[in-house]
Amino acid sequence: MLLSLEPRAQPSRLMMLLSPVLAGLLTLISGSMLFGLLGRDPLQVLHTLLIAPLSDLYGIGELLVKTLPILLCALGLALAYRARIWNIGAEGQLLIGALAGSALAVNIIDMESRWALVMVVTTGVLGGALWAGLAAWLRTHFHANEILTTIMLNYIALNLLLYCVHGPLKDPEGYNFPESALFGEASRLPTLSDDMRVTIGVYFALFVLVAIWVLAQKSFLGFQIKVLGLDRRAAGFVGFREKRLVWIVLLISGALAGLAGVCEVTGPIGQLVPQVSPGYGYAAITVAFLGRLHPFGILLASLLMALLYLGGETAQMSLNLPMAVTGLFQGMILFFLLACDVLIVYRLRGKKRPRSIMARSTGAVLHQAPAD
Amino acid sequence: MSIDTQPTSCPPPRVQLSGITKRYPGTLANDRIELTLEPGEIRALLGENGAGKSTLMKIIYGVTAPDEGEIRWNGRPVVIRDPAQARRLGIGMVFQHFSLFETLTVAENIALALGPEAHPRRLVSRIREVSQRYGMPLEPDRLVHSLSIGERQRVEIVRCLMQDIQLLILDEPTSVLTPQEAEDLFVTLRQLAADGCSILFISHKLGEVRALCSTATVLRAGCVAGHCIPAQCSDLELARLMVGDAEGLEGSYPKAHGGAVFLNVSQLSWRNPDPFGTSLVDLSLEVRAGEIMGIAGVAGNGQDELLALLAGEIRLPPQESARICIASEPVAHLSPEARRRCGQAFVPAERLGHGAVPDMSLADNALLTGFQQGLLQHGLIKHDKVMAFANDIIRRFSVKTPDAQAIASSLSGGNLQKFILGREILQQPKLLIAAHPTWGVDVGAAAAIHRALIGLREAGAAILVISEDLDELFQICDRIAALSNGRLTTPVEVAHTHPIEVGRWMAGQFDISHSAA
Repeated sequence: MLLSLEPRAQPSRLMMLLSPVLAGLLTLISGSMLFGLLGRDPLQVLHTLLIAPLSDLYGIGELLVKTLPILLCALGLALAYRARIWNIGAEGQLLIGALAGSALAVNIIDMESRWALVMVVTTGVLGGALWAGLAAWLRTHFHANEILTTIMLNYIALNLLLYCVHGPLKDPEGYNFPESALFGEASRLPTLSDDMRVTIGVYFALFVLVAIWVLAQKSFLGFQIKVLGLDRRAAGFVGFREKRLVWIVLLISGALAGLAGVCEVTGPIGQLVPQVSPGYGYAAITVAFLGRLHPFGILLASLLMALLYLGGETAQMSLNLPMAVTGLFQGMILFFLLACDVLIVYRLRGKKRPRSIMARSTGAVLHQAPAD
Repeated sequence: MSIDTQPTSCPPPRVQLSGITKRYPGTLANDRIELTLEPGEIRALLGENGAGKSTLMKIIYGVTAPDEGEIRWNGRPVVIRDPAQARRLGIGMVFQHFSLFETLTVAENIALALGPEAHPRRLVSRIREVSQRYGMPLEPDRLVHSLSIGERQRVEIVRCLMQDIQLLILDEPTSVLTPQEAEDLFVTLRQLAADGCSILFISHKLGEVRALCSTATVLRAGCVAGHCIPAQCSDLELARLMVGDAEGLEGSYPKAHGGAVFLNVSQLSWRNPDPFGTSLVDLSLEVRAGEIMGIAGVAGNGQDELLALLAGEIRLPPQESARICIASEPVAHLSPEARRRCGQAFVPAERLGHGAVPDMSLADNALLTGFQQGLLQHGLIKHDKVMAFANDIIRRFSVKTPDAQAIASSLSGGNLQKFILGREILQQPKLLIAAHPTWGVDVGAAAAIHRALIGLREAGAAILVISEDLDELFQICDRIAALSNGRLTTPVEVAHTHPIEVGRWMAGQFDISHSAA
């Protein structure tokens, strides 16, 4: 009895939904085995990782704090990925968003108007869009592959941020720590309640979620983006303009990553620090695929990813496990998801050993007999 | 294990299929097929798209394994595991969908099929020789991606002819040849057959089948519907065997004269940046409202380039915008979308991947070009309108599909083509440009497509059909010209010419000054 893959007549809708669940289960099983090998009690580790962080309201608030940047980045990325524009640069766009917002915020610390926040957030959004716009320009004018350019722009963004935080934006009264000054109260995002760190950025995310859903699923622009992704020649034949669409998806995904970055520095962090993002922009790539590039799928996937970040921190503190556990789980989920996705287009079928020629011909005769 | 083959003077059949059955999810592609092919026999395999011809061919060629049944090769039972083994046995196949590596040269592609000992460089002279001998000129050093559809098919044919071959399977090989070239190929095939090579010939062109094949097997819905001798059957009899119902298959349409000039191409020249592509030279043509203008020609003579220019996929600079005019308006610089607004509709040569997005539903594919038909509101898609439009196409053009949510690639070629053509016609275009409208489409669907084109003509639209099928062009067109090496002959009325003459034009035998006049 061998297992073989056989093409399905139609892609399975059930497997499209089931595949992420299956991938999650496989990740849990392999994770448990790994912890077992490390000599830990798998159930205890999984409890610490996935359940303990959510035991109180504060934990849930922290979950939302981590969900926000991942969700914003992933929603933008999903739009680009629908057009098969592989923007790997959400991390860099997020960092530039944070940097641009901070550069303005430290200069208007004393401003008390509410406009301060609006200006800072807008600057961050524009910064992210600009950074993605660079990749769009390189792609539309020089046919430079956006995978390579966006990855390289990530490193440039990180080093630019490090330079600024050690140089021009360093707090003069900060005892030479690589940090900017704390932002003025007027350029901080208000929190939802006094005992939580989660900010009104959550409302931004909800708005973006619905807007992206309408854009991707309901609008003709979203349809054009999808056609471009599935079939560039068909898009050309109808006259959908590829360059324009490339600009649009990259600018939107960059703007959203920039929004994520500026919400971090004006929200929970409150200043520019070197570690604005523990890799949210990269995690968002996994999240976009885990969520099937669908806005609501991405919402669920980003909650899961945020939980892994949160659980990783808890596990580090209470079980002395390395922070790498988070990365490990992220990697495993994406790995298993890609493997399970094979089952959308193929199905597993038990295959009997190839029968001998004699058996074949007898089979044919038996089959024919009733017909005669 | 050949217990039952008796030593007689009569050689065993070249290939004998018995009880071949193949199931795919949801369909029975082959149902207990019986087929015997003697050495040197040329047999036609006829049937509509989806009748199971391709599956049967793939089974013989080792691409897929049958679920049940037996194959005997020269009297011996064999299990053909893969195409490499099939080729070792002496089976060659020319696929309808080409199996070539686009990034390799012609010689490299042929070397790959011949096995590890063949070296591309040593094959060059033999490729030239074989391709010349069979009237299919090929440049062995050219990269396949720069070849046209027709030239790619030549590579496939030549590749088979280079092997020591006992059974040659051809899946619609003549669709890219001029009548003369097809006749040349037939000479070759007859010569091969005389040498003992058996030939299995799949074609929708009944005239060719009658000219070439001594016997024919007709498949319908996965079963053998009958065997016959094509020379003794009329088109209608053959069609009835294939379709089971031959209503409306005979098509002879009155010719029309047309009214005012609607599409005007004047002295259009375009230099192709691809050194192996065809450049267009001083091409002029008019299509009148209420007529069908046909352009004949062998693939690779500038059809793709002309189509791209007419569709707007290639745009000319604004100062040359008057080279192409729709209703006297210069459009050569306009995008496809803008030309659609001028009343132009377009059916490209490739159904999947160009005319329709393979992985999208029929409804989405209806929206693809139909979006100017009131399917949008404030940039949002009106889903119910899209569904209504798609269902309208499906109903009015008898597209066989479960529903409008079916994925385009799940439809047979003929059904998808009916859908694409229906999508364009229901937009009530004033100008329809259709490339190879019935390429690889079964007789039933082809007749439906022809009727639809004639109907659109009667409604007063200007229609330009570019096709390699001369029979088709003579059947439906009112005027005809031929494209050869980027030059177009002067259009003449179909009633005043003959396929042989047009065939000569296709081969480039026409007076240039005559064409410029």
